[in-house]
Amino acid sequence: MINQQSPFIQKAASVTNIMLMVILALVPGLIFYVYFFGVGVLLNVFVASLTALIAEYFVLKMRKLPPKVYLSDGSALVAAWLLALSIPSIAPWWIIVVGTLFTIVIAKHFYGGLGSNIFNPAMIGYAVLLISFPAIMTKWPSPIENSLSIESIRQALQVFFYGLTQVGDGLTSATPLDYIKTELLQGQILPDITIRNFGLATILTSNQIISLAYLLGGIVLLHKKIISWHLPITYLLSLAFISGLFHLIDPNNYSTISFHLLNGGTMLCAFFIITDPVSGPTTPKGKIWFACMVAILVYVIRVFGGYPEGIAFAVIFMNICVPLIDNLTQPKVFGHG
Amino acid sequence: MNIIDTIFKFNGGIKADTKKSVSTVRPIKKIKMPKQLILPLRQHVGKVAKLKVNIGEKVLKGQLLAEADGNVSAAIHAPTSGTVASLEKQLIPHPSGLPDYCVTLIPDGKDTWIEKKPINWKKIDRKETIKKISESGIVGLGGATFPTHLKLNNNNEVKTLIVNAAECEPYITCDDMLMREKSAELVEGIRLALHLLGAQNAIIGIEDNKPEAIEKLALLIKNDANISIKIVPTIYPSGDAKRLIYLITGIQIAKGKRSTEYGMQMFNVATIVALYKFIHCGEPSITRIITITGKVRTPNNYEVLFGTPLSDLIIDAGGKASKNGSFIMGGPMMGYKLPSVNVPVTKAMNCVIDAEPEMIENNNPVLPCIRCAKCAEACPVNLQPQELFWFSQSNQFEKAENYNLFDCIECGCCSYVCPSNIPLVQYYRYAKSEIISDRYAKEEADIARERNDFRLERLQREKEERAKKIAERKANTSSDEKSKVIDEKRKAITEALERVKQEGVSEKND
Repeated sequence: MINQQSPFIQKAASVTNIMLMVILALVPGLIFYVYFFGVGVLLNVFVASLTALIAEYFVLKMRKLPPKVYLSDGSALVAAWLLALSIPSIAPWWIIVVGTLFTIVIAKHFYGGLGSNIFNPAMIGYAVLLISFPAIMTKWPSPIENSLSIESIRQALQVFFYGLTQVGDGLTSATPLDYIKTELLQGQILPDITIRNFGLATILTSNQIISLAYLLGGIVLLHKKIISWHLPITYLLSLAFISGLFHLIDPNNYSTISFHLLNGGTMLCAFFIITDPVSGPTTPKGKIWFACMVAILVYVIRVFGGYPEGIAFAVIFMNICVPLIDNLTQPKVFGHG
Repeated sequence: MNIIDTIFKFNGGIKADTKKSVSTVRPIKKIKMPKQLILPLRQHVGKVAKLKVNIGEKVLKGQLLAEADGNVSAAIHAPTSGTVASLEKQLIPHPSGLPDYCVTLIPDGKDTWIEKKPINWKKIDRKETIKKISESGIVGLGGATFPTHLKLNNNNEVKTLIVNAAECEPYITCDDMLMREKSAELVEGIRLALHLLGAQNAIIGIEDNKPEAIEKLALLIKNDANISIKIVPTIYPSGDAKRLIYLITGIQIAKGKRSTEYGMQMFNVATIVALYKFIHCGEPSITRIITITGKVRTPNNYEVLFGTPLSDLIIDAGGKASKNGSFIMGGPMMGYKLPSVNVPVTKAMNCVIDAEPEMIENNNPVLPCIRCAKCAEACPVNLQPQELFWFSQSNQFEKAENYNLFDCIECGCCSYVCPSNIPLVQYYRYAKSEIISDRYAKEEADIARERNDFRLERLQREKEERAKKIAERKANTSSDEKSKVIDEKRKAITEALERVKQEGVSEKND
């Protein structure tokens, strides 16, 4: 378009650049993911990206929007990556395709596309999968010794195309959150659970390192001012506070702060999911409220609810509250008392 | 004298590439007398000046051409000696591109001054001095062009004079150069302005990217206990009046209030120098300093006579004064594209940028708002531009107003940082103008309705009055008289009827 009015100068990262930076910031986490759990996650990311781009293209065509402009904004890719990284790497291909289609077509474009989706698209896709296919969605891969060997790559491909049942269940375990929850329900206490299960300990270490890699990516985003500190910092502090409080009261039944911060996608959520600008609040105070509430909900759902991997529900629920939060947290305008 | 360091930072603002240094390497330049000077009669806020000379009349430099029409207006003086050639509509530097009445003056080349009458301001009453200033043609030279004498005449007591030397817009350097080269006049002007305002102290607010000017001024005011310099960071829009006052004093001027209600008055440095020249030298406002920059070969500052063709300056600076060029008047953040390069220099013209094509044509696609709130982070008024955009584009003007649309100063910071490339300020201008025209239309409708109501009432009243009168008349004529009248009428009718009958008979007989 021809811009004939002031301002005549501009210096802004384009939407494309922002999305690209977000994707780059996910790479360290992805690398460690592959290192610990094999190439399955790469297949997830690849198929999700491909599905997202194709789905986005056709929807844009149908909506009579210029596909070139909108495809290059990179938002579909980011949603696809976030979804793919949330899904266990031992999920079969069709899970990825179904989840991505839901994310792009329904959660994003049914609500108006870029800028108009009131819910975080990746979280909608994830929630749909979690409710529809809980068995697949709560199985976590066991760490692999040599993740880039031909044998493990072959195995990953088999799982991806034929599903776990065809290949054998030996490669998997429940996610730590899910496992601990089940054990606790059976009357076990936390110190025993962690000591008894050696596999769990290795999963925990791997998860922690992947989480720290996401944290690193998140810090880069903070540094580049692509995200503001309000959301991730408040979220992590709130989750640390509430989990610390419960752990202090009853260490036998409530996990430690580090367990909550470094498991179940907490870091991914803190820096990449609740920071989605479209479905999140815009005011600084609103961001603090939003992140704090998500943290509380995440804890409540994990510890007291039926879905230990239920970050998605916390985010979706708070997405609904965004207009209200924004409305109630308007900053004071210059010169207004 | 002292240099104050503490500042009160406002929200947001932007740190743009200022591009100022290109136009400060050479001293302020003058160009040779143009062939003609074109002086628009409206160069200020307020009423158009009234022409006081005849076509063909010879005038001297500094002679009054048009006088201020009322209090909110400013006079126009002859920038040089010569002949008044015409009064006609010509293209002026205005975004509308519409012509307006201008006086054309053909210089005689002699540049002969009219008799100068300096004012001994220390001896005469300051009200008197201010009255004289109202004839000087001085207006705010920072770009606002508000008549200066009005700002000197206050009902509120002014304690502090704030000298706006921030010059925060990128590209513009005319104030910086003025401070470097005319610092003595400026300081003398500040002392004068302090006297005229009856103020106790003056604070010069200046951005930290003008070290030379700061040094010169600091040296000159070292013995003035009541003048100080406050160095503010180079963050656009630090030069906006309310923002600068906040930076310096920490006081937020409330919406709809004037700084004088808080005991402060602000003048731009160029305005103060113009005051100095008028009072000390008896020279009315006939020149200003203007920055010519952008893609011209030698960006420069010029001290020019009002009415000088802009194209002369562009050519002198090594630019092409062609029709195809784009020229921005004012800064790149809040300026506007000139309709043509063939316009005269006016009192408001502080800077003209020979614009690169990419400044004018923004070919990046406009994407939907992703609510990243970068605009809110950049907004110096602490508004929520993303919400205002949402309401403006969907014509929810009432909501936009509730979100303080009218507090927006259109500084352009939001558009500057928008990753979706949305021309946000244009949306706000649109929403504002729609709301204002709605309001106007409503007022008109209200007036019309009132008039109609009044008319209906009047008609009703007249009807009632008439009915009353008839009734009164009826009541006045007594019943006796009435019957008498009726009898007479009846008699007349019967007589007439009989006459007709007889005539009819006689006709038949014929």
